[in-house]
Amino acid sequence: MHIVERNVRAYGNQLFGLLSAFFEPVLYFFSIGIGVGMLVGDVTTAGGQSVSYRSFVAPGLMAVAAMNGSIFDTTFNFFMKLRMAKTYDAVLATPMGVHDVAAGEVVWALSRGSLQALAFLVVMAAMGLIESVWALFALPAALLIGMAFAGAGLAAATWIRSFVDFDYIALALIPLFLFSGVFFPLSRYPDAVGSVVAVTPLYQGVELLRGLVLGEVGPGLLINVAYLAIMGLGGMRIAGVRLGRLLQP
Amino acid sequence: MSMEEPLVMARGLTKKFGDFEAVSGIDVQVERGDVFGFLGPNGAGKSSTMRMIGCVSPVSAGRLRVLGLNPRDEGPAIRARLGVVPQEDNLDNDLSVGDNLTIYGRYFGLPRAVIKERAAELLEFMQLAERRDARVEALSGGMKRRLTIARALINQPDLLLLDEPTTGLDPQARHLLWERLYQLKLRGVTLVLTTHYMDEAEQLCDRLVIMDRGHIVAEGSPRELINRHSTREVVELRFNSMEDREHSVPRLADLSGRVEPVGERVLVYTDNGDATVSAITSNGVHPAAVLVRRASLEDVFLILTGRTLDE
Ligand SMILES: Nc1ncnc2c1ncn2[C@@H]1O[C@H](COP(=O)(O)OP(=O)(O)OP(=O)(O)O)[C@@H](O)[C@H]1O
Ligand SMILES: [Mg+2]
Repeated sequence: MHIVERNVRAYGNQLFGLLSAFFEPVLYFFSIGIGVGMLVGDVTTAGGQSVSYRSFVAPGLMAVAAMNGSIFDTTFNFFMKLRMAKTYDAVLATPMGVHDVAAGEVVWALSRGSLQALAFLVVMAAMGLIESVWALFALPAALLIGMAFAGAGLAAATWIRSFVDFDYIALALIPLFLFSGVFFPLSRYPDAVGSVVAVTPLYQGVELLRGLVLGEVGPGLLINVAYLAIMGLGGMRIAGVRLGRLLQP
Repeated sequence: MSMEEPLVMARGLTKKFGDFEAVSGIDVQVERGDVFGFLGPNGAGKSSTMRMIGCVSPVSAGRLRVLGLNPRDEGPAIRARLGVVPQEDNLDNDLSVGDNLTIYGRYFGLPRAVIKERAAELLEFMQLAERRDARVEALSGGMKRRLTIARALINQPDLLLLDEPTTGLDPQARHLLWERLYQLKLRGVTLVLTTHYMDEAEQLCDRLVIMDRGHIVAEGSPRELINRHSTREVVELRFNSMEDREHSVPRLADLSGRVEPVGERVLVYTDNGDATVSAITSNGVHPAAVLVRRASLEDVFLILTGRTLDE
């Protein structure tokens, strides 16, 4: 975990970045959750409950916070260290190996992601949007979401060759953000579209957090958990192997 | 003779990138306390060899043992006892000078207190103490190189690998580095270095191999190599143009020594420079300038490969 220590030293003083990343979902919450929420009525959840729109949107945005928090570090910052600064060439001359690097970066990224998710959770609690004691598990769930996107981001970033390629990442993230059931329930889609969304990664996180915060807990959530865990661990593994290929020819 | 296993032992060591063979079956042996050099022009395979020894590049064929261990199975254990100065500086630009040492020490799992003590000592030794809190970008090329060496020493390595330690530095910075490396040698650190400067190899190396296109073409101490492959002295004739040179070469043919045309110069190898100069003038050859000098490793390379080191 020396990579984490390195990142704390290197970026520890860049609190501004953390703050702005934290405000993004909070701003969305106030504009859409509360603003739009006043125009639309209550929403019926997958579990059949009728909840206010802001209660419905908040857990979804918490999942977005966890995702965004970890994706920036594992894509942009990781790319800079890998291709530009050659940071890992130096690291790999020590006893550390490629999989230590991948694991270290994932832990670092998910800790930032979950810090943001935690801040968002505090805002939710202050607004009285926590409906269930299951919400205690929201933080570990956010950790899991952070890990899933950190692993996947890291793996994807090993294929990035230049700054232009970051457009592809944005291209993947924007539809995830808009259509993963953060803002409206899946039942609003035609069945075909709904079943596509149901297998996308952010949707797993949204479902998981919404289930916990609103107290709609069932075995279905375990599928979300398994999906995210495999995505995170798989991504980390792929990233390690790719690092070996790139840095140790 | 010590019974100890050599620090580096390579037999038929080969590195392939696809179909291309960068290192072609070389034999190398480095004993403890030695300063061992790989001298060769660009693309000779020096860095590829260093990266295999540094356990960051898998061996394609042949046998390699480093510190008595096999890099394939025991990479991390070997790397724990190596210091590596890569050809291109890869200092951490997000960290200060001092933090570069601290964090690097942490990669080796060293306790913070130990690192703190060693870092202070190393910064002193490398004459960087007053730059401890500076950002890495603010350092000059020579300072960066010294910091990279200080970083490589944080784990008190048994073996220090230096890939072209002074390439790109001005003469003053080079001499300072040579002097520091010599101090390390006096402390008993074993050094393996690559270079394409023959003066660097002559200054620093106890033993060296001359590499060309993946092969070792000669091996020995600088003195031995010169004695074995070259004459004692070299007469350098400089001409004003290639045509002048072309006209003169046939008239040098009957000299007893070997004659090597290099660009607008002609080198004549001889054991008696002054006598050769008189012979040349009496043959009616009148170059623009004449210089008699002692033979160097550059000459050994030229004689063995027909090319100069910087070609
Ligand atoms: N990762 C790689 N993939 C393909 N070819 C490579 C790779 N690394 C090195 N080579 C090739 O192997 C040959 C030897 O390269 P190497 O870097 O070992 O030479 P060198 O002696 O260190 O040269 P220089 O003085 O330029 O550093 C070169 O022809 C180089 O192009
Ligand atoms: Mg090289």
